[in-house]
Amino acid sequence: MAVQEALAADPRTVAPDNAVAAEAASPVLEIDNLNISYFTRAGEIPAVIDFSLTVKPGEAVGLVGESGCGKTTVAMAIMQYLGGNGRIVGGSIRFKGRDMNAMSEEELRQLRGSQIAMVYQEPMAALNPSMTIGSQLMEVPLYHEPNCSQEEAFRRAVEMLGNVRLADAARVMSAYPHQISGGQQQRVVIAMALLSNPALLLLDEPTTALDVTVEAGIVELIAEISRSFGTSMLYISHNLGLIRETCDRVCVMYSGEVAEEGTIRELFENPRHPYTRGLFGCIATPGKDKYAKPLTPIRGQLPLPHERPPGCNFGPRCDHFRDGRCDAGMIRMQSVDPATAHRARCIRWQEIDWDNYRVEQAAYTPIEPGETVLESREMQKYYPIVDRSLAAMLSGRAVRYVKANESLTFQARKRQTVAIVGESGCGKSTFAKVLMGLETATGGELVFNGKDVAEQSVMKRTPAQIASLQMVFQNPNDTLNPSMTVGSQIGRVLRKFRIARDPQEIEQRVLDLLDVVKLPRAFINRRPRQLSGGQKQRVGIARAFAGNPAMVIADEPVSALDVSVQAAVTGLLMDIQREYDTTLLFISHDLGVVRYLADRVVVMYLGQIMEQGDTEAVFAPPYHPYTEALLSAVPIADTRVRKRRIILEGALPSVLDPPKGCPFHTRCPRKIGAICEDTPPPEQEAESGHSIRCHIPMDELRRVEPVIQYNAE
Amino acid sequence: MTEDAISAERPLPAPRRPFREAVKSIGLLRESWVASLGAGIVVFWVIVAVLAPVLAPYPPNQQIGPLKNAPPMTLAEEGRPYFTDQGMERTSGDELYILGGDNLGRDVLSRVIWGARSVLIYAPIATACAYVIGIAMGLLAGYRRGWIDDVLSRVSDIILSFPVLVLYVVIITVFGPSAINIVLAVTFASAPGIMRIVRGLVLDLRNRDYVAAAQTRGENPWYIMLVEILPNARGPLIVDACLRLGYTTITIGVLGFLGLGLPPPDPNWGNLVAENREVAQIAPYSTLFPCIAISTLVLGLNLLADGLREISMKD
Amino acid sequence: MLIFLLKRLGFMLLTMLVVSILLFLVLEINVENLATRVLGQFSTEEQRQIWLEENGYLRPIYIRYLEWIGDMLQGDFGHSTRFNVPVSEILFDRLGNTGLLALCVFGVMVPLALTLGILAGMREGSSMDRSITFFSVLTTSVPEFASAVFFSAIFVFALGWLPGTSGMAQGFNWTEMVLPVVVLVLYGFGYIARMMRASMAEVMQSPYIRTAILKGLPYRRVITKHALRNALIAPFTVIILQINWLLSGVIAVEYFFSYKGFGALLLEASLNTDIDVIQGCAIVAVFVAVGTQTLADIGYTYLNPRIRFS
Repeated sequence: MAVQEALAADPRTVAPDNAVAAEAASPVLEIDNLNISYFTRAGEIPAVIDFSLTVKPGEAVGLVGESGCGKTTVAMAIMQYLGGNGRIVGGSIRFKGRDMNAMSEEELRQLRGSQIAMVYQEPMAALNPSMTIGSQLMEVPLYHEPNCSQEEAFRRAVEMLGNVRLADAARVMSAYPHQISGGQQQRVVIAMALLSNPALLLLDEPTTALDVTVEAGIVELIAEISRSFGTSMLYISHNLGLIRETCDRVCVMYSGEVAEEGTIRELFENPRHPYTRGLFGCIATPGKDKYAKPLTPIRGQLPLPHERPPGCNFGPRCDHFRDGRCDAGMIRMQSVDPATAHRARCIRWQEIDWDNYRVEQAAYTPIEPGETVLESREMQKYYPIVDRSLAAMLSGRAVRYVKANESLTFQARKRQTVAIVGESGCGKSTFAKVLMGLETATGGELVFNGKDVAEQSVMKRTPAQIASLQMVFQNPNDTLNPSMTVGSQIGRVLRKFRIARDPQEIEQRVLDLLDVVKLPRAFINRRPRQLSGGQKQRVGIARAFAGNPAMVIADEPVSALDVSVQAAVTGLLMDIQREYDTTLLFISHDLGVVRYLADRVVVMYLGQIMEQGDTEAVFAPPYHPYTEALLSAVPIADTRVRKRRIILEGALPSVLDPPKGCPFHTRCPRKIGAICEDTPPPEQEAESGHSIRCHIPMDELRRVEPVIQYNAE
Repeated sequence: MTEDAISAERPLPAPRRPFREAVKSIGLLRESWVASLGAGIVVFWVIVAVLAPVLAPYPPNQQIGPLKNAPPMTLAEEGRPYFTDQGMERTSGDELYILGGDNLGRDVLSRVIWGARSVLIYAPIATACAYVIGIAMGLLAGYRRGWIDDVLSRVSDIILSFPVLVLYVVIITVFGPSAINIVLAVTFASAPGIMRIVRGLVLDLRNRDYVAAAQTRGENPWYIMLVEILPNARGPLIVDACLRLGYTTITIGVLGFLGLGLPPPDPNWGNLVAENREVAQIAPYSTLFPCIAISTLVLGLNLLADGLREISMKD
Repeated sequence: MLIFLLKRLGFMLLTMLVVSILLFLVLEINVENLATRVLGQFSTEEQRQIWLEENGYLRPIYIRYLEWIGDMLQGDFGHSTRFNVPVSEILFDRLGNTGLLALCVFGVMVPLALTLGILAGMREGSSMDRSITFFSVLTTSVPEFASAVFFSAIFVFALGWLPGTSGMAQGFNWTEMVLPVVVLVLYGFGYIARMMRASMAEVMQSPYIRTAILKGLPYRRVITKHALRNALIAPFTVIILQINWLLSGVIAVEYFFSYKGFGALLLEASLNTDIDVIQGCAIVAVFVAVGTQTLADIGYTYLNPRIRFS
């Protein structure tokens, strides 16, 4: 349970030796005017346009962008692996001076996995399920080094597993991929990539599929690799915060083109392209506040690849768009500062006066919370797991329980936004199910609008009760029934809740609701597949608010959306909440969004509440050690912020077999002794309404240094 | 500031055009030549079956003795006697058997045409019955889970473990060969397979958020199963239905061939082969043409299924 | 693993028991009907009663079932009215013949289907894939009796190369095996080939194959070591279950070519209402089917490490 704490103001500036070396040496990778197209039955669709990039030895370059911007296509093109219908239609890719487009299949094979290696998004899927990890690792030296023996390959594989901080390498070698956790799988994939000591490492969203505390460990490992191995890296991500923590330079892509590139510092502190500016305005960094400094959404949506506008791709969404200039032909990259290689694809970058530009954004007055709408008293939900094996029956352990929710006690008041935060398996979704009546509680009370609904399934609730408690779902592609029109889905809700009866009245109400969520009225006849992700989510919000609910549960409502769309949907949700005086129960794993959106925060771990309180109180000391680690794990896209690093060791324990005593003791960096292992921690009151469930004395918790601090400028 | 700019006048939406949507989905077939070819063959046989009374030159059971085992394009000699329901008649000399005559002097072409009718009535009926039962079982098992799922899955495992043709032979031995019994036997043997497919699809679809949304607004389970889930399972089910229709066609043919199918003188393609097997060496055409007929129909259905699957994969 | 095996075997025995009861009920619940079918439509009521009495059909059904199953466990399958010999004598003889036919079919069909399926699935959408897929759709669309007719017309009547029947009247003759085997292989291989193709194509699309290729492994190694291991798991079940199909699917082929096999026996018994033979054949067929299914399940579990070690 080692604590790895390092004060790193900016992880990049701490390791300058690489950067200096990089200046002199010739580049590892040079991409020049690369154009890639996919050929489909609809014709040629350009995926990457006029892409140029140079990666020097030991340098880490971030490639950041939203879905469909072409960032993964670039990585696959470097590997010369574009699939059946993708083709490089122009430009060159040179690796250590050799033109990769002209290489034979055999030359590429020798390069892949030895000189250029890759780390993938889904580690579970990237590993062969029917081969042991050992044999998959050993293949790398065996097939790239002519004289490598089996023993040598085995020894190297074990050694590399040690280098990626995998304990118990011998066991991992003989395990199959499904037998280890997601974080361990990703470490194995990284070990596989490093085994041949590549000159270039491509990382394609390596932490997206992982929990945030596991992600922090992987990010730490990646930063360490570039320090100790001197490997050049191309880090692909949609998350600017992650790029900031891992890279030297960054390249922002939008709709197939590079919008802007430069060093981390230049680009984060002095962005020149309106899109880059807009992106930063959409991210909930610690400086944002939903009342005083709300997020500034980018209007419109990402253009589809075959419907790109003429001229600047960002034009239709840009406030600085000028007719006849921005849409007159292709726009080339413009050099902003040759010294730092800062470039932007905007012809007006010199004209726009960013210092005096402010987006019209009304500040809101903070809400006054009203009476208690929801009160959970010791709510408990156990799932029985029946083990039918003979051994279990004989030992009397045939029925075990998954303690999905263990005595949850908290309140939500009118107009308030209460966030439930936690990683996978913490029980936040189970709580939502019980509250919605899809499951019934096994103990405790759940008082909603003065009535205990803990054991009342949805079929036993009155239409009025159901209408007053609705939900917004996570996955935009799943939230609407693909075979029904938008209008009929919202109309069904109105009829079901007896809000409107005759078809004309229903249609009118549906149109009104579309107005409320700011969608065009013509959408009433659209089917979900004709809508973008953000639009579907809006329909989902309209459906939830159709019955004027007292409370809406939002289960990660924006986490599957692109960053530039997230802010708009978040804003809409808040506007409607304000208008309808609704209580919002916001379920999320993203502390950044929670900090921005919530009035109160409930932190859960393995089915239990570890800490709860008002947002400012929870995000400042005293912390629960778990909250502290969570806060440290969240990447922050702001160079002014200084973060204390806390890396949790080990994987999340299984809910089937949670640790005794404090559930967090197996990973807690502040564990004080045996008491943590066998006694459930007491609930301590930090101040009114802020409680922490921990054995560590409150005074000591109060003395903890804040995780996040601002650099003195 | 908002994701979608709204026009000021807020126009009322255009009315829906269901007919146009249907035409559009048929137009999808053009995206795969395999599907169009399959659909073409199937449509050809459907037209033949519907227009059988018009297309067939002779009544399917009318025997013209002199044309017994005649090769294709045989013209009857003038003045030879033969028997009809009305009594004895004599050939006028212009009776032409385009595909030849069978072992009893019936026109092979007319019998093949009428045979299309027989198979295109019973195979779809049997498949449809199997689907109704299979879908109901699959929806229940997949959506309700629990003991209903256990029982239904076990029962279908057991039925599926019967070798299909042995099952048919046993059923028809006991209940006798008749149209209804064939339909029942096919239903009994196919429903469990359909149930398995539907159950698998439902197990996936029931976890979708829109199903959860329906549950949270208190919809009753049958509404959720039939309106929220089933329409979204239609893609794989349509493909499977085409394949299964082809398979049922084969089954009805095989049963006819084995003498367990519809009783004679029904001009079922399988029966035609069975009747003329003995004379195959001297008059091969009377067995060849029914075989070509059944093979093309099944091929059409299989190609259609394959093409539809290809189209659905593209989207 | 041992517990899983025992469970699976237990379930197999249970299924066999249930199926045997069902079978018995279906065949013998309506004794009146039975008597009519055995003695013909023109038999008198009296004759039927006497026949029922003589054959012990008037006793309670559960007693008859227990007696029947007990006899069967001792190897006594009753007496064939058609062939006038004990059923076991003729049944196992015929089963052996069908086994031989099935072995020949499997020997040709499985390697052919797997090879074509792998070739097609390896590069989805290639012209090789398209031709193989079309060919397999074509052959599965032709019912066995139809392809038997086509092949007889060509190779027996037109060319005279092969014998038209496979009765083996002068002892075993391999030329008589050719047509039945070819007909069965053509009808059956398409299903396995398409399964193999689908499974292979899916595996080739999977991220771990991309990992293997981008690891710089030779294409041969990617296919043989990474793809085949996983792609063969699903078709394995299908192949084992084809034993089941062969046993009943051969009825039409055996009948067409007068091959003295199990399917032809069942059909002959059915057309002549030889009750004991039908029961014997059906129960044997079901036992083989349930047995192969169990085998397929166990094999599947063994091949798939994700299930084996969980």
